[in-house]
Amino acid sequence: MSAMDLDVAVIGGGPSGLAAATELRRLGVGRVVVLERFGVAGGIPRHCGHPPFGMREFRRVLTGPAYARRLVGTALAAGVEIRTRCTVTAIRPGGVLELATTDGAETLAAKRILLATGNRETTRAAALVPGLRPVGVMNTAALQSFLYEEGRSPFSRPVIVGSEMVAYSAVLSCRRHGIRPAAMVESRGRVQGPRFYALANRMFGVPLVTGAEIVAIEGKTRVTGLRLREASGAERRIDCDGVIFSGRFTPEAALARASGLALDAGTLGPEIDGAFRSSDPCVFVAGNVLHPVETAGYCWAEGRRIAGRIAADLAGEAPAAAPVPLTLGPGLRYAVPQRLVAGEGPVTLNLRAEGAAKGRLVLAEPSGRELAAASVSAAPEASLRLDVPALDVLPGQLVVRLDREG
Amino acid sequence: MAEADVDVAIIGAGVVGCAMARRFALEGAKVAVIEAGTDILSGASKANSAILHTGFDAPPGSLELGCMQAAYDEYMQIRAAMNLPVLETGAMVAAWTDEEEARLPDLLAQAHGNGVADAEIIGREAVLAREPQIAPGIRAALLVPREYLIDPWSAPLAYATQAKMLGARFLFGAPVTSAERAGGTWRLEAGGETVTARSVVNCAGNQGDRIEALLLGASRFEIRPRKGQFVVFDKASGALLRTILLPVPNDRTKGVVLTRTVFGNLLVGPTAEEQEDRDRPDVTRPELEALVAKAAELVPALAGMPVAAVYAGLRPATEQKDYRVHAVPEMGYYCAGGIRSTGLTAALGIARHVFALWDGAAVPPADPPVPVMPNLAEHLPRDWQAPGHDGIVCHCEMVTGREIRAALDSPLPPGDFGGLRRRTRCAMGRCQGFNCLARIATLSEGRLRAPIVPEDKA
Repeated sequence: MSAMDLDVAVIGGGPSGLAAATELRRLGVGRVVVLERFGVAGGIPRHCGHPPFGMREFRRVLTGPAYARRLVGTALAAGVEIRTRCTVTAIRPGGVLELATTDGAETLAAKRILLATGNRETTRAAALVPGLRPVGVMNTAALQSFLYEEGRSPFSRPVIVGSEMVAYSAVLSCRRHGIRPAAMVESRGRVQGPRFYALANRMFGVPLVTGAEIVAIEGKTRVTGLRLREASGAERRIDCDGVIFSGRFTPEAALARASGLALDAGTLGPEIDGAFRSSDPCVFVAGNVLHPVETAGYCWAEGRRIAGRIAADLAGEAPAAAPVPLTLGPGLRYAVPQRLVAGEGPVTLNLRAEGAAKGRLVLAEPSGRELAAASVSAAPEASLRLDVPALDVLPGQLVVRLDREG
Repeated sequence: MAEADVDVAIIGAGVVGCAMARRFALEGAKVAVIEAGTDILSGASKANSAILHTGFDAPPGSLELGCMQAAYDEYMQIRAAMNLPVLETGAMVAAWTDEEEARLPDLLAQAHGNGVADAEIIGREAVLAREPQIAPGIRAALLVPREYLIDPWSAPLAYATQAKMLGARFLFGAPVTSAERAGGTWRLEAGGETVTARSVVNCAGNQGDRIEALLLGASRFEIRPRKGQFVVFDKASGALLRTILLPVPNDRTKGVVLTRTVFGNLLVGPTAEEQEDRDRPDVTRPELEALVAKAAELVPALAGMPVAAVYAGLRPATEQKDYRVHAVPEMGYYCAGGIRSTGLTAALGIARHVFALWDGAAVPPADPPVPVMPNLAEHLPRDWQAPGHDGIVCHCEMVTGREIRAALDSPLPPGDFGGLRRRTRCAMGRCQGFNCLARIATLSEGRLRAPIVPEDKA
């Protein structure tokens, strides 16, 4: 079988990639291969050993690893090929991929590519966090990989930095393994999610410190403490033997960047149009590489949706109109997709605002004429949605804005 | 008095100590290396800008210049056999103002005087032709074609490994706590062990003055640590600049450098911050932010470029600019101190110089073994490109399980996580272990003196 017999190559075997591959097969697409760089497909849920996963997909409450296995099993049953230990090192124009496998370098061609490389948490280094650089500083994913994949605890009394949903995932993982977090530290003034998150701090005995800036990570070889400056200006030290940097997700977009795909300054992931096409018409994009961060269930549903777009594209249904870029109003961090194409839709815009967002979200022409609008009320780090109907004619430019209440 | 264990005890396994151990071992001396940290390169040597300097801007006639130039030649001679990379980038001292441009002729004369005959001043157009991404405000530059980039960790590891293959003994976690000399022999207590040696070479970096005081009762120099912070940009930055970009220097420091690394990143640093504390190479936010801003000022396309890593090191500066190299042969004492910022380049030359001062006698072994180092440089074939590896463990830096095992099984295996990182690049990339840290902890379990997971947890 020659390489070009590949219809779709999916880069990344997480929830969105596996869901898309499975759905492509169900839609009758011939040869669909998932390229996974780790030894096992499944993505981040693989090492997120606590529920709830799978309610939307399988109508069951599963742990992350069980959910990941189920995604893989469903994909294989649908006739998807999964190649593990297979790293894509470059995407060339025309659907050509360069691979690194255990047998060395290899080239592969497919009619369409789906990039689904996911995202990761911001590191201590990228956040320019001050202090010494001892062992015992890691992201939540590394902690969970220690606990659920390698079966060991890296520390016993860490501080968790950040208060997005994943910080509470870190709390749950710690509690299940006898690790007692010394504190949760959030630099902003409140938890970065619904206010009821803070109840979990009380329930699990993890003190929440908001509005506190890290002055220094302490420890010559191993972490011994964290020095903070609180909102009041007072300095304090928390003794700890580890620091978990949680959240502040950023797309795993190195491959997209190195391959010359256009990136969005707001998400730092690839730019797409309403059909999830990147700046390379052969390359579609799905999952958290587009929008840091959504749940596994969201990514799964998005993968399924994208499969329909890829199948239609393979069938020659691609519209000819040029994409129209969206311009963001003040207070909005990003909107995905970044471009719309006349005649394609309906499309749901995924947006994120700075901080909490309450008000009216509007898609308008530069003249001010509204094309779509929705009332929104969202906690910090929650995404906003705006349903946009299929529009047959589009102006040369579109504006999305948030009219805040109060 | 019993015969000494070794001819020479080298205190400190930084780049100077590693090169010293190699030189003395190659000359046939029996060597022990005593290191306070858990691996080689635990202090100043782990944080530098990885440049192999020609010495074009070194003080004329200085020991520093002589050592750098001898070392440059030696490095170029040995590096092929040791499989050590060289990235032939050249360097440009960039002038951005009238004052800086006016200083270039003096720098050129200094370069020519220092024997760097191929240095030349090039105009704005030539700079931009060579480096299209450089900020358009550039005026002119002094081009020094033979300033190169090397792997700053594999090189000293190669020196130490060769010493080890020649029989040198390495003690780690062994700060020297007492030193007595009797009957022409030093008796050193370090990390619970006793080492007796006819001679001692002080390569203790930031502890150099304290070691000298411990051995001789007083020190001729005082270490005044100078902190240097660095920012490493994501590998996507690697294509933006080919040539090392140096500022017009001042008396105290070479200033902030923007350079590629052999690993494919761009690197900006160091800062030069005087401080008292010898144990605190803290990174600090305002200085890191200033480095990021400086880099984007020099190469505007770096604006918004993700940061992969940050680090800081303490350079063992003293009250003088030149090295503090001296010998007290009647005490069997030799000192290579105050090697502040050119140590990576000069170490091989410093080692030759100190060996020449040594009053001992030794017979060089015939056909000494030469270690062949694993290549970590991006412009040369990496292990993942060769079939038969058992999968990639660190995806950002494309480090295979085979490479990690080879490092753990090497003649001078890593003593701590930092040592494993420097030997393989694992967890050195943009995700900083998000994906691979736990796996690396398992692969290295029971193999590191300072394990990634404390032993009571493993």
